[in-house]
Amino acid sequence: MDVIVLLKQVPDTETKIKIDADGKSIDTSDIKWIVNPYDEYAVEAALRLQESDGAMVTILSMGPERAVEAIRTALAMGADKGVLVDDPATEGSDALGKAKVLAAALRSMDFDLVFCGHRAVDDDENQVGIMVAELTGIPHLGMAVSIEVADGKARIERPLEGAKVTLEATMPALVTFGGAHAVWNPRYASLPGIMKAKKKPLEQKTLADLGVSPDEVGAQAAKMQVTSMGLPKERQAGRVLEGDTDEKAKELTRLLHEEAKVI
Amino acid sequence: MDYFLTEEQQMIKEITAKIAKEKVRPVRAELDETEEFPWDIMKVLAQSDLFGVYLPEEYGGLGGGVLENCLAVEELGRECIGVATTYAASGLGAYPILLHGSEEQKQKYLPAIASGEKLAAFAVTEANAGSDAGGIQTTAQRDGDHYVLNGTKQWITNGGEAEVYTIIAITDRTKGARGASAFIVEKGDAGFSFGKKEQKMGIRASATRELLFNDCRIPADRLISREGTGFIVTMKTFDVSRPGIGALAVGLSQGALDIATEYSRKRVQFGKPIISFQAIQHILADMATETEAARALVYATARYIDSDAKDISKYSAMAKLFPTDVAMRVTTNAVQVLGGYGYMREYPVEKMMRDAKILQIYEGTNQIQRNIIGQELNKEYGRIKETFF
Repeated sequence: MDVIVLLKQVPDTETKIKIDADGKSIDTSDIKWIVNPYDEYAVEAALRLQESDGAMVTILSMGPERAVEAIRTALAMGADKGVLVDDPATEGSDALGKAKVLAAALRSMDFDLVFCGHRAVDDDENQVGIMVAELTGIPHLGMAVSIEVADGKARIERPLEGAKVTLEATMPALVTFGGAHAVWNPRYASLPGIMKAKKKPLEQKTLADLGVSPDEVGAQAAKMQVTSMGLPKERQAGRVLEGDTDEKAKELTRLLHEEAKVI
Repeated sequence: MDYFLTEEQQMIKEITAKIAKEKVRPVRAELDETEEFPWDIMKVLAQSDLFGVYLPEEYGGLGGGVLENCLAVEELGRECIGVATTYAASGLGAYPILLHGSEEQKQKYLPAIASGEKLAAFAVTEANAGSDAGGIQTTAQRDGDHYVLNGTKQWITNGGEAEVYTIIAITDRTKGARGASAFIVEKGDAGFSFGKKEQKMGIRASATRELLFNDCRIPADRLISREGTGFIVTMKTFDVSRPGIGALAVGLSQGALDIATEYSRKRVQFGKPIISFQAIQHILADMATETEAARALVYATARYIDSDAKDISKYSAMAKLFPTDVAMRVTTNAVQVLGGYGYMREYPVEKMMRDAKILQIYEGTNQIQRNIIGQELNKEYGRIKETFF
């Protein structure tokens, strides 16, 4: 069985984000990069299939040279090989542009399952995985918190509000992963794993290798444009109301009515 | 500061830091409160193969040395030295076997310690033998192919939790210091049991128990090296393990500095963050300077030891003495900077201050370290004919 995990390198969730001078993107000069946490769950799920079914796990990513680091992290966790699509022409791609590149890369690879996080924590668009499934012509199972594979089918569980649904699709299929760190508890890379990761195959490809025209991707092909980006306002300090319960309730009502104007 | 670590050393630091931050920081207050032994965390460290960083590859280790061990210990210590002590004490128990054990003993015990499958512990201290190891009363009597152990070891870190114990016992009382020998005892050996778990001021996640030997019969091949070498084994072990205590202190100091600095930037008094006041800046500046000086000394000493240098006792003692005194000052100052909040258990620095105290006591009190340094100075200058004035 071949499992391909689509993996994105994103800014560390604890990095202090600064808006770039253009007002439309973030300043990436002083950022620590990590593997998108939801993609990390996808890697963990793939590695469990590697253990139980001997699956071959390949990491596929697109991005600049620094994304190699993210692929190596997944290889250190136990993935078998990596592919990075690194082409300056992809810069500024919207979700569809990215999905086209990844789908083109998948065409030259063998797979039974494609895994990825249901969203990346940088843009939070929830789109790339679904678009890749559509462009590849395979079913999409969304926001999995568990996965089982049997008889050529993939079965996932997805939580609903106060309930749970079980979904099934015939392979090949694409699964996007949800849940939380506590659900997947992704493994840490072991030290020997890190050493070995340096020697695992990591292929770099360009758009020309994939047969994708630069006109189809990148900023000029994007159907969606970011017009502005801003940080949330700094929160004001809270106010503690004094007095007995009656007085506090009255004062609160007055403030909600007169100051906050919500009632 | 860039200490020009190798790629491997950098990785050890990063992976340990990640585990410490994600698995230790969220539970350290709870472990302190409940005094629960951190088995879950030990398992995660084992899965990442961190227990073998300082052990040779032929015994399942990573082939690093004292510096690699110090890097892992420091990162764990930055979050909780109770947890870090548990990890470091396993190394302390393994060193006598690594340094003086037979090939058979190394083959038998080290791989399980390197994989983290078994924890180790080292036992010298007794009720009447602390700084004065000459007061040891536990005996080992040769009986055919066996030794019979009798006596009680006290305050043994990892006692009851470890599977492998290296202990010092007297084989010939008439020979004084040359009458002590080192042995390996396994959990489960007949006549070997544990006393109650001690209640401590700090490092409460770590387990500290008595080891009770009551006609404990062990095969004669558990003797490390030869009879009479027990004190040499002990001294050589401490020579390589003491920078590890320094590393715990550096981690703890860094952790306290992290919190005090972050707090000072956020805490507003007189309309300004308190870090804008020189009174606070100067405290933080001293904390940062001393922490960095301690780190530099620990790394330099660890590298010197790893170069197979022979005259390491003085530097090893310094690398324990200075960082641990620094950790006491730095954690005390962290409490001062946080003021009333610092004194409350809801904030982590009061625990850090309680934890710091043990660093000045265990693996040789800091007074003993000064003795070692003083004696070495006396020897060193006794060999020099030149006059300096």
